[in-house]
Amino acid sequence: MSPKLRLYILVFLIMGLGIGLILYKHFALGFPLSPDDKKSVWTIEAKIDFIARGDPVIVSFALPPQTPNVVFMEEDFASPGYGFSELTSAAGRRAQWSKRTASGPQTAYYRLSMYETDQFIQPPIAAADLPAEPEKPEFDGVLKTAAITLLDQVRSKSANTEIFTRELISTLNSNTPDQNQRLLLNDQSSEDYKTHLIINLLASEGISAHIVRGLYLNEGRKRLSLANFVEVYIGGQWLLFNQNTGESGKPKNFLVWQRGDQSLLDVIGGKNSKISFSIIKSTQSTRNLAVRDSISKQAGLIDFSIYSLPIEQQNAFKMILLLPIGALIVVIMRLLIGIRTSGTFMPILIALALIQTTLLTGIIIFLTVVGTGLLIRSYLSSLNLLFVARISAVIIVVIAIMASISIISNKLGIDQAMTVTFFPMIILSWTIERMSVLWEEDGPREVLIQGGGSLLTAVIAYLFMTNRTIEYLTFNFPELMLVNLALILILGQYTGYRLFELYRFHALERRDVTGKR
Amino acid sequence: MLLASAKKLRSFGIIGMNQRNFGLISRYNPRHLYPLVDDKLKTKLLAQKAGITVPKLLGTVEYQHDVKSLKEILRPHAQFVIKPVKGSGGKGILVINEHDHNHYFKPSGDAIQLADIERHVSNILSGLHSLGGKPDNVMIESLIQLDPIFSDYSYEGIPDLRIIVLCGYPIMAMLRLTTHASDGKANLHQGAVGVGIDMGTGHALHAVQYGEPVLHHPDTRKTFSELVIPHWDKLLQLAAACYEMTGLGYLGADIVLDRDQGPMIIELNARPGLSIQVANAAGLAPRVTIIEALKAIDPDPQSRAAFSKQQFATNTGTHPPRLLRTRSDDPKP
Repeated sequence: MSPKLRLYILVFLIMGLGIGLILYKHFALGFPLSPDDKKSVWTIEAKIDFIARGDPVIVSFALPPQTPNVVFMEEDFASPGYGFSELTSAAGRRAQWSKRTASGPQTAYYRLSMYETDQFIQPPIAAADLPAEPEKPEFDGVLKTAAITLLDQVRSKSANTEIFTRELISTLNSNTPDQNQRLLLNDQSSEDYKTHLIINLLASEGISAHIVRGLYLNEGRKRLSLANFVEVYIGGQWLLFNQNTGESGKPKNFLVWQRGDQSLLDVIGGKNSKISFSIIKSTQSTRNLAVRDSISKQAGLIDFSIYSLPIEQQNAFKMILLLPIGALIVVIMRLLIGIRTSGTFMPILIALALIQTTLLTGIIIFLTVVGTGLLIRSYLSSLNLLFVARISAVIIVVIAIMASISIISNKLGIDQAMTVTFFPMIILSWTIERMSVLWEEDGPREVLIQGGGSLLTAVIAYLFMTNRTIEYLTFNFPELMLVNLALILILGQYTGYRLFELYRFHALERRDVTGKR
Repeated sequence: MLLASAKKLRSFGIIGMNQRNFGLISRYNPRHLYPLVDDKLKTKLLAQKAGITVPKLLGTVEYQHDVKSLKEILRPHAQFVIKPVKGSGGKGILVINEHDHNHYFKPSGDAIQLADIERHVSNILSGLHSLGGKPDNVMIESLIQLDPIFSDYSYEGIPDLRIIVLCGYPIMAMLRLTTHASDGKANLHQGAVGVGIDMGTGHALHAVQYGEPVLHHPDTRKTFSELVIPHWDKLLQLAAACYEMTGLGYLGADIVLDRDQGPMIIELNARPGLSIQVANAAGLAPRVTIIEALKAIDPDPQSRAAFSKQQFATNTGTHPPRLLRTRSDDPKP
């Protein structure tokens, strides 16, 4: 295998691994690719009120089921003086509060913070979930006739179960009900009655259906109650129908609270129990939610990642993870553009300092320090010093310059200039020393070229490193480093011309060179 | 146009920096051989062992406290050159033409004091001019005497001949002429004139200063068309022999012509630059291809030189040298 092929395979593997991890985090763990991605987080509070009769009290309350497309961030149960337990059964989760004796008005709270994920995975229906053939309901004399007439009428207008259900619901809800419908709905037309009527009518057609209670998630609502839906078993899956409109499918911003016929709330030893819901919406960054969710789920990739570090170290890494971007810029500037810089990676260090000082202030400070340094250095060179002593002297001079800049700017009230301390002193001293030697040997032109090249590279690196999206991506997708590495490995193979060489050799192009080449 | 098209440059066979670093230097020059050429004292010893003429070593300074004895070392010599042993690109070279008791004169006529020389030496010792600022040694060499052939073509300095040698075969040559702008240094980016040399005859082909074609020396106004380098065969053989001497497959040999002692090697370079292509108005790539296509490297430097001479000669027999024509004669592309 040739070294070139080996390199390409390596690059391919690294790149693939990097991109693969990024895609995994994006799609499986829900990390957004943009820092501005936001999600609505709903905080739902259920308040249960009842009057205790002085006997032992047991309050049993149905809790919403966990499904793949909603994430429960936090659940709180509160009721002073009550014992609490959470029970899980095949019918769903229930909260149970209990107390030996209680009398007078009592209140229990359940609070849930949740958000909806972008994944719409239909939970697979296990064999056990296949509903049994529904029992044919018994309708009383008149009702029976009305039901049969209605069903015949609907059946004649529909082709399959889904249309049948929709047609049935809309007929029952029609604005101009005929006699049959009025008879069936009669006067006690409560929501629960309607739901059970629909389920019974479906059952007499041999269609399995059950009641679903849920909550519309709307901002700032108070004293809400649950809305009834009918879920019908069609073609291997359960389909939700709005019992007032006949629309199928789960509406947007709708939380399914309870499936099936169990009671929502049972109070033993109390009376006048009632339940009310209130909802508050808040907006949070998707990235924070994803990190939180992944940590709680202990996803290996996140559990062993920078997120597991203390916040302080995380912030340090935010900076460190930007360095590869700077390195990539330097590689591009040197290998593709051909810009000469003083010191290979000095521009990255300047860029890091610029991040702390902001661009314009940083450049002014840099030029001031290096300029003053060069002046003092030119005096030092006439003092006949040994090299190490001289560079040490330059370091002290640089520190003195930085201190004076800080003090003077403070007195003048220019606070920005006090950020001068973020520039790396040793690097500045080396820069001054190199530039000064360059000045003596190759003249001011070369100093301008290399100094300007360094500054230009630093500014470009700065612009990239402060880009919000890049900052976000490097920190939240450290896998990007692998992609970066692969790019640098490829660039390391680049043997074409640098942009500046096209200028350097431009005189050659004009000459039509004859003779043997 | 300010930028050349990459396609055109490629068709000329111009080699760029990336290509040089990747395809020539890292391919033909094993890193462990670098010290042989980066250390000029070692190069000098090697060359002497190989029987190649080099400038005479007058003395060395290794330690800071030896700087005091500088005066004693310099006293017997009227003319000398002070060089950092590991300097690169002609940095830190100080030439003294003559001196009386206290004043030392540079070729430009500027007088400096012994103290200035001492400071210069001490700077070299502390690594000011060496790569990466490593401590360095100082060598003092005899001054090369300008060959009268070049007296019309140089200003305050000695021209040197750079020959690129690939696997022992000289492939391209350039004469670097000092100018006023280059401060007597034969350094192209400082303003020295680079003259492309016909490998077949030693005739000047084409000259550039600051990357732009020139027809005559900017200071002496002498046209280059009459410039022919003497001892051409000897020079090619000398360059070819550097391959055996160092083992470096891609090197630049810097050769000067001394009035009294003839051709001598002053320096070898493991990372020779690419300006030679501009001076020759020709790319290295086609010549590299020819050498790389050879099945075996001839062990005899003389026959290698002869091969190069015949292979890379520019066909000027029927045409006047390019320099004789003015720009307007050039066919428009």
